[in-house]
Amino acid sequence: MLTIKNLHARAEGKGILRGVDLEIRKGEVHALMGPNGSGKSTLAQVLAGRDVYEVSQGEVLYDGRNLLEMTPEERAHAGLFMAFQYPVEIPGVSNLYFLRSALNSLRKARGQPELDAMDFLHIAKQKAREFGLDESLLKRSVNQGFSGGEKKRNEVYQMAVLEPRLAILDETDSGLDIDALKIVANGVNALRHPDRAILLITHYQRVLNYVTPDYVHVLYNGRIARSGDKNLALHLEEQGYAWVEGQAPERPQVAGS
Amino acid sequence: MASQTKDLEKLVQQEYKWGWETLVEADTIPPGLNEDVIRVISVKKNEPQWMLEWRLKAYRYWQTIKEPTWANVHYGPIDYQAIAYYSAPRSNQDRPQSLEEVDPEILRTYEKLGIPLREQEQLAGVAVDAVFDSVSVATTFKKKLEEMGIIFCSFSEAVQEHPELVQKWLGSVVPYTDNFFATLNAAVFSDGSFVYIPKGVRCPMELSTYFRINAQNTGQFERTLIVADEGSYVSYLEGCTAPMRDTNQLHAAVVELVALDSAQIRYATVQNWYPGDKEGKGGIYNFVTKRGKCQGKNSKISWTQVETGSAITWKYPGCILQGDNSVGEFYSVALTNNYQQADTGTKMIHIGKNTRSTIISKGISAGHGQNSYRGKVQVLKSARGARNFSQCDSLLIGDKCGAHTFPYLEVRNPTAQVEHEATTSKIGEDQLFYCQQRGIPKEDAITMIINGFCKQVLAELPMEFAVEAQKLLGVSLEGSVG
Repeated sequence: MLTIKNLHARAEGKGILRGVDLEIRKGEVHALMGPNGSGKSTLAQVLAGRDVYEVSQGEVLYDGRNLLEMTPEERAHAGLFMAFQYPVEIPGVSNLYFLRSALNSLRKARGQPELDAMDFLHIAKQKAREFGLDESLLKRSVNQGFSGGEKKRNEVYQMAVLEPRLAILDETDSGLDIDALKIVANGVNALRHPDRAILLITHYQRVLNYVTPDYVHVLYNGRIARSGDKNLALHLEEQGYAWVEGQAPERPQVAGS
Repeated sequence: MASQTKDLEKLVQQEYKWGWETLVEADTIPPGLNEDVIRVISVKKNEPQWMLEWRLKAYRYWQTIKEPTWANVHYGPIDYQAIAYYSAPRSNQDRPQSLEEVDPEILRTYEKLGIPLREQEQLAGVAVDAVFDSVSVATTFKKKLEEMGIIFCSFSEAVQEHPELVQKWLGSVVPYTDNFFATLNAAVFSDGSFVYIPKGVRCPMELSTYFRINAQNTGQFERTLIVADEGSYVSYLEGCTAPMRDTNQLHAAVVELVALDSAQIRYATVQNWYPGDKEGKGGIYNFVTKRGKCQGKNSKISWTQVETGSAITWKYPGCILQGDNSVGEFYSVALTNNYQQADTGTKMIHIGKNTRSTIISKGISAGHGQNSYRGKVQVLKSARGARNFSQCDSLLIGDKCGAHTFPYLEVRNPTAQVEHEATTSKIGEDQLFYCQQRGIPKEDAITMIINGFCKQVLAELPMEFAVEAQKLLGVSLEGSVG
């Protein structure tokens, strides 16, 4: 579904990704771990189409299409969703209105009829119950005045409503207490489906107690330094990232990176 | 980031849709201003002596004062002798008695603007006074309103039919000595709307004036006077458009509102005069004086404005809160794009006890637009328990525009509470990206963000106009904030 080949990206002239290779197939859940500054969030943002990052080398194929040539909204229309590490506030725009516009934009782009307010409300309320989102948050402005946990839950809730094919969660588990963490993890588990793939970017092994990934990768200095199954995450938790540093495979430096 | 800024700029470029001209024969006085011109205007309007004298007093005073320069706007000198001070569609010389007598060209103009004057085609519940080049050409639903004792007519007609009311209230809120442009207006005003709501009457429909500037090189000087007698209520809306011309045109209107005991007036403006082209050529100079007086106790006046047009906007709709417990409100959205300049805000003058005022101002700047909020809150010694809340938010789109805030607070009573909040934000690339990531196309996202930013103000507009205003904001920015 998603193939990343030798991806290099930089921001403000500084190289952040230095040759990422990753293959994600339908039905899989991948966890991407790594220390601060290793490029995890950059990878998520590049995949979602944030244009502050410049891709200098490599390619990304999504369902056989060149993902890097698509606008952010085209990627969304094609089923790519990113849960933001820092969800953005939009004052004066209600959460419900925002989400309906989003869903209808997706439907329109896919040639499906748009949902009217009543039909949408029905879905929105049902999903809110399923995903543990307080209904009062639906009427409030997007993320405005939400607590950190509410913002993260709102991201997972949006994901549930928009039903993406490829979901990228950028440190959605950071800063959550254990109850909120479980709700977010349950949201991810509920979304697991043979036709979907999930890339779970996280700092801590903790969330993997609730979501069992098929693969775990460690991003280090802008490259995937290690890949393995869930045991890799446990190993990391014990040894720390220094262990990766010690054993990072040698790779030739690519000019310009 | 640079490319996103460029995209935003592209979005903000959008043609003015109301810029065509109507060819009608006009009766225009040649350019220039002197006492004879004022006498001619007065004779053409068949005015009583007191009206002419008031005009002349204003004119003589105007000659002694100078154009103000304190506003944060820049323009070349205006040659007041190069302006024609009166223009009326010739067919209108004897004011049409019914819609059938109105020049069909003019009717078509309003239809094109989406303002049908034929009553059966009217928006439900809106009565319209159509002002074409400063002359009222048609007023709808007059009969129905008359049955309730409501007077809604052109200002000229009011001078003829209700001289006692006009004489009593004219200049009572904005005296002819008020300021340079208001004084000029007092000398040469040609027409406008007049409204009187009798005691205890709640006006059953929205009253609306639609101003259209058509003639070239002509100044536009309307005067509107609304009097709400004790316990009455009226909601009033004005809209404005003009043809695209590459010379600047002066529009110096005056609006006076009077609310007696427990009366309430809501006054809304959707101002869409021609803003000039992308290089800043042409456009209307909108130098307007609007003021309401809450003369009676428990009275209330609300101003709501959506200002998207004009090359330069200079206006400060204010409230004199004289009656005890009276309430003044000001809700404003001002949008400047390309080379537009706006210096706008309000004046709340607290005189009576427990008077309250609320100011919500939203400024949006795009292109090279410059947007200033200028507001004065004055609490006099007598205003025990007065309260004011002001909130001024500015939104910047792109990096060549500017937002400025000039709040003036003057509090002479220690029991008063005055709060002022101000924010400035850039339309976030973060916000845009967030919307786009969810699948919302960029233009729709901008429209959504702008409408969200302006929500508190748009919510104050009558329903149909709120929708219009939202669309207008979208068009004026082609989606940059919605």
